[in-house]
Amino acid sequence: MTDRYSAFNVLREGLRGHKGWRPAWRMPEPQPEYDVVIIGGGGHGLATAYYLAKTHGVTRVAVLEKGWLGGGNTGRNTTVIRSNYFYPESVALYDLSVKLYEGLSRDLNYNVMFSQRGMLVLTHSEPEQEMAARLVNAMQINGTDAELYGPEDVRKKAPLLNFREDARFPIHGAVWQGRSGTGRHDAVAWGYARAADRLGVDIIQNCEVTDFLIEGGVCKGVETTRGTIRAGRIGAAVAGHSSVLAGMAGYPLPIQSYALQAFVSEPMKPVIDTVAFSPACGTYFSQSDKGGLVIGGGLDRVPSYAQRGNLPVQEAVLSGLIEFAPVLSKVKLLRHWAGIVDVTPDSSPVLGPSGVKGIYLNCGWGTGGFKAIPAGGYLFAHILATGQHHEISAPFDPARFVTGRLIDEGAASGIAH
Amino acid sequence: MQRFPCPFCGLRDEREFHFAGPAGKVRPDTTKAVSAEDWADYLYTQPNAKGVVREVWVHTTCQEYFVMERNSATMEVLGSTALRKDAS
Amino acid sequence: MSGSRLPSGGLIDRGRTLSFTFDGKAYTGHPGDTLASALLANGVRVMGRSFKYHRPRGVWGAWFDDPNAIFNIRLGDVARPNCPAATTLLEDGMEARSVNAFPNAGFDIKGGLDLFHRFLSAGFYYKMFMWPDWHLFEPAIRKMAGLGALEGAPLDGFHADQRHDACDLLVVGGGAAGLQAALSAARAGQDVVLVDDHPELGGSLYQLAEIDGQTPSDWVATMHAAIIEADGRILTGATAFGVYDHQMIGLAQERGFTRAPALIRMRARRCILATGALDRPATFAMNDRPGVMSLNAAAEFAGRYGVLVGQTPAVLAHHSMVQAQLAALTGSETQMIDAGTKTPEALGRKSVTGLRVGSQTHICDAVLNSAGLMPIVHLWRHAGGKLTWDEAAQAFVPDNALDWMQAVGAANGTFDLDDALAEAEAVALGADRPARNVQYTANPPQPALGSKKRQWIDYQHDVTLKDIELAARENYVSVEHLKRYTTLGMASDQGKTSNVAGLSAMARLQGKEIPEVGTTTFRPPFVPLPMELYRGHHRGAQFHPLKRLPLEPEHRAAGAALGEYGGWLRPGWYGTGDPHDIAQSEALMARHSAAIFDGSPLGKIEVMGPDAEAFVNFIYYNTIKTLKPGAIRYGFMLTEGGVVYDDGVIARMGANRFVISCSSSHVDGVNAMLEAWRQDGHDPERTLVHDTTANWPTVTVTGPMARQIVAALDLGVDLSAQAFPHMQWRDGWFQGALARISRVSFTGDVSFEISVPVHKVTALWQAALASGAPLGAGPMGVEALSILRAEKGYLIIGKDTDGETMPHDLGFTVPRLKKSSAFVGDRGLHTENANRDNRRRLVGLSVPKGADPLPTGAHVVSGPATARRSHGYVTSSYHSPNLDRPIALGLVEASQAETGTKLEIQHLGAGYQATVCAPCAFDPEGERLHA
Repeated sequence: MTDRYSAFNVLREGLRGHKGWRPAWRMPEPQPEYDVVIIGGGGHGLATAYYLAKTHGVTRVAVLEKGWLGGGNTGRNTTVIRSNYFYPESVALYDLSVKLYEGLSRDLNYNVMFSQRGMLVLTHSEPEQEMAARLVNAMQINGTDAELYGPEDVRKKAPLLNFREDARFPIHGAVWQGRSGTGRHDAVAWGYARAADRLGVDIIQNCEVTDFLIEGGVCKGVETTRGTIRAGRIGAAVAGHSSVLAGMAGYPLPIQSYALQAFVSEPMKPVIDTVAFSPACGTYFSQSDKGGLVIGGGLDRVPSYAQRGNLPVQEAVLSGLIEFAPVLSKVKLLRHWAGIVDVTPDSSPVLGPSGVKGIYLNCGWGTGGFKAIPAGGYLFAHILATGQHHEISAPFDPARFVTGRLIDEGAASGIAH
Repeated sequence: MQRFPCPFCGLRDEREFHFAGPAGKVRPDTTKAVSAEDWADYLYTQPNAKGVVREVWVHTTCQEYFVMERNSATMEVLGSTALRKDAS
Repeated sequence: MSGSRLPSGGLIDRGRTLSFTFDGKAYTGHPGDTLASALLANGVRVMGRSFKYHRPRGVWGAWFDDPNAIFNIRLGDVARPNCPAATTLLEDGMEARSVNAFPNAGFDIKGGLDLFHRFLSAGFYYKMFMWPDWHLFEPAIRKMAGLGALEGAPLDGFHADQRHDACDLLVVGGGAAGLQAALSAARAGQDVVLVDDHPELGGSLYQLAEIDGQTPSDWVATMHAAIIEADGRILTGATAFGVYDHQMIGLAQERGFTRAPALIRMRARRCILATGALDRPATFAMNDRPGVMSLNAAAEFAGRYGVLVGQTPAVLAHHSMVQAQLAALTGSETQMIDAGTKTPEALGRKSVTGLRVGSQTHICDAVLNSAGLMPIVHLWRHAGGKLTWDEAAQAFVPDNALDWMQAVGAANGTFDLDDALAEAEAVALGADRPARNVQYTANPPQPALGSKKRQWIDYQHDVTLKDIELAARENYVSVEHLKRYTTLGMASDQGKTSNVAGLSAMARLQGKEIPEVGTTTFRPPFVPLPMELYRGHHRGAQFHPLKRLPLEPEHRAAGAALGEYGGWLRPGWYGTGDPHDIAQSEALMARHSAAIFDGSPLGKIEVMGPDAEAFVNFIYYNTIKTLKPGAIRYGFMLTEGGVVYDDGVIARMGANRFVISCSSSHVDGVNAMLEAWRQDGHDPERTLVHDTTANWPTVTVTGPMARQIVAALDLGVDLSAQAFPHMQWRDGWFQGALARISRVSFTGDVSFEISVPVHKVTALWQAALASGAPLGAGPMGVEALSILRAEKGYLIIGKDTDGETMPHDLGFTVPRLKKSSAFVGDRGLHTENANRDNRRRLVGLSVPKGADPLPTGAHVVSGPATARRSHGYVTSSYHSPNLDRPIALGLVEASQAETGTKLEIQHLGAGYQATVCAPCAFDPEGERLHA
């Protein structure tokens, strides 16, 4: 069986009709017991399983996924990877992720196509440019790459943007992070799944958790649609469904679930080689390697588990896109969809114990979970293997809501909410 | 667009409304001691149910706050009641 | 041999000729043609290239079911990319180019890629391009990908109109079933709207020779007239592209190539889907040859466009309703082929020349095929409807269990015309569906797995049966994994022709039935639509309207440079010249004589009622209940987390009446917050909130000469310092109207804010200017004001505070420790974080003599280059003309915030020096303020 992915093996297998490729993952029956059970077969859950096995040597691990692996938010996002955050705690977290993404294809032997094409966060006024300077300085001080761009710098990077006299929000400049970019979201899930599977992790698809097994105040396992599974520790990485699990076990969560819509256009020849975000217009976009523009914006602010949104946000996001890239008005929208995002009060994730012994949380990533998959998995694996925080995950413990030590990236821009 | 029922103006376009939080939150009496956990619970804990939910919304056009019952999985609207008459 | 125009027939206007070009060659067609029908009529076969292998492509379908013929089209000034030829109506002068082919579709230099197809199977890019670096390969891959190129200039004038509409019954689809449903419902008194995406109603009826003794055109015309007679509404050229929550259906109405479609947001009490059915392609060897086409499409080209797609077509049909479609093909020599259990193979290179079945070869110039009819159920799925698998039809059909939406006719699997008409009438009237008289069956061939020759499943993305076998082998077996791994169904037709064939193959590979494998989700839009459709009026100024000042004409007349400040269009400075210099001189003027300033955006929210005092005392951090009528107090509003949300002043008008003057950018937010607390936590009958900001524009006169200038306005108020101290208000009169005068100051000099009704403000402004001019006073903009307030250390919310700043960080410590009644944010001020020693606090910053002003956004740092730490940042920084030196404010951690502390500042890699000082740099004793 051909196991290793390489150009040589593609050539070899091509000559024999691709008959020799080993399956990307097994479809095993669940065992009655594991050292760690991870609920949620998205990017974070699969990455956690991989790092448990790879970094900590913990291989008696099962990932339970109620649908098909990578079918939730991991398969629905706008694929942006970045660490252009303000607080040192956030930069430590997201830059860990960017660094892991940089070596990920090699680590997993699966091409995740991390394209470090950079990201522009535009400014449209002098006050915004001042805030951008504050952010660029913070990023540089906290150890990641950032530059403050003027309008000509922006024009060089993305000439299709709106430099017209009559622009509603003229471009003053941007925060540029060159190491940011995009990745192939499905490949990230599949890559982690395959690598974890090779290390002995059982990925159990079509297996929904229906209850927790709590004995003497300690969680000892889960009830599922495929039987009872006992576990030493349980990690919940289910994004928008976090409160559903929380309700089963009885721990509180500071999370509200919303639909986040995303859009893709018809494929075109290349028109933009970077990621561009206009906060004033409320929209960001990049161009996938297949040629479609991948577009995102704000939430439908109606609490929802429906995985679909409505016209008002579609109109807002796409009109925002055309405001800062007018040539795109005649480009056709191909498809739009939505995920369920779990939003916390400070737009920072929740990592750590749930309050019910034995159950640990990796959730609250809101609209920004994809970029954090490697770091989320790495840090969650540390928590599940040792029972302790890694120093990078400690600030994101849910206890911060009690101490008031929120890490409020939205607030970092000067807007109290 | 969805339409939501303002108890006073009737069915209106969703763009006229703003979600104000889950219904039923009662502010602790802060003239007495309130533990950090209780305060965090009041401020931040969300039921976030999948299914029937009771929420406080404001119809920004008329500025009335009211309680709306919806299904967060199907997006069906089940009804709304004025805040003032709400016993909670 | 290939296509040709029939001597008669079709809905085209043969009396008029339209000219167009394709890949540089000139052709003609007729009004009513699509680009596809016109090219077929001209004998053109190869109209494009497939995405991956660059294999020649001809049309498969006659409408939105064609994934192959995609053109960049230019008509006059308007150039649009990626137009589907089968749905783009021909207009005179169109210049069409095939996409992703060079130099043209007929001869594409990248066609050679096909030779390497065995290495380019599904997912090959996941297995390679990793070494040495993906970035080396990416640019070339990106250039190969994509269909048409986007031409550079934005399309001015390409505006979509948007409107709302409503009806009792929306009928989607104007074929036989749709026409019948619309007519029956309209006659029964329902408010009916019928939409059809073709320019002419009738659906597939033009494939028939006659209906009830009439020609299809006449029958359709009769139905059309009858619907209008019954007060039904009909929209043609309109695609129902999506169903959204609460029974909203999106319609996109075509308005010609040079115009954007119009968006109609249709709210329907009920909806009937009469959306018809498509051919499922038969899967066989080399089935992607140009000339291999949908049988239904061939009949459609004949009936609607008068075009024969081939002279000698072979027909591979696997269902029981083939005869009517065959009858439409009179004029060609059709051959019915029964392949039995063998897998046919299409022969030819750029065009079909034959069909080989086993050892027999049938000469033909087209292979018209259908593995069965598939109801078009996208809108049903958008609405959350479920599908059932109809075993006899071998197709997914709606289960019709939604209470507001039903499918009729071919969309429901009812293919016989009479059955469809009966069903449509019954459903329109809410009666039971009648039983069908004609049972339709389909018998699609089983996928021939493991065959040597390639068999296409997705034509645009070049996904073949081999790719599906590979996906199954590697365990990408769920529908979603299959689709994403192979990219089947992700092309611009979004799987309309490939989904079921793909499912069928996976089902066979897994030993399952098709419904067990599942079906993917259909998402709007049903067909690709220009982004402009969603934009509509959200453009330019309307994208985010600015609030405008009543005095705007005055400011313009005075030469103001207007800019956006906090959501308002306000004067930044007055005059042409260097803005920095002008602001400096305005700020000097303000302290030497006086400045006159438009303060209208400042909030004026009244709070009234028997509980008003308790209410504002709860809202504010500061104690308000001790405020006396006539007095004004500065205060903060906090969030419940204890963070400063807004600062401003509150004036007491009387025992039960206050006016909150919040910052101009926060008026709506403060108003909403007040209402929230009023209604949810207090008795709304005993406290009323009323935003009067827009009713009371304000002229501010500030400076040492302010008193003289205001005195000349004759407001009837004693302005002397004893009679009218700082932080007081008085009511006066200006030209017979009430004038409220507040003595508050954002500049640190004596200031009078005079608020009058809107109809008096122009006169007031002019009077103030006239009175001030001889004293050297004049208008002042926002930029100069920002400097003046910074000279006094007065903060601007959101600039000198961030989302963590609490009142004790700003030096306001007393209420946190002493205020005994509850207030918003009280508990939040005592969390562990609020009690932290090293919180950032507001400080002043001075620089060494001769140094430039500090850059705003610079950070206070310490530590070696490899382990830098930030201790805060510079929030405001200016050159002060009144002190003739730089001034700055910042938020700095307490450990570094003692007055006199020397700070290391970093900005974009460069270093600066600063020293902590008091925030107030000018007149710290406040003598001028209280003068």
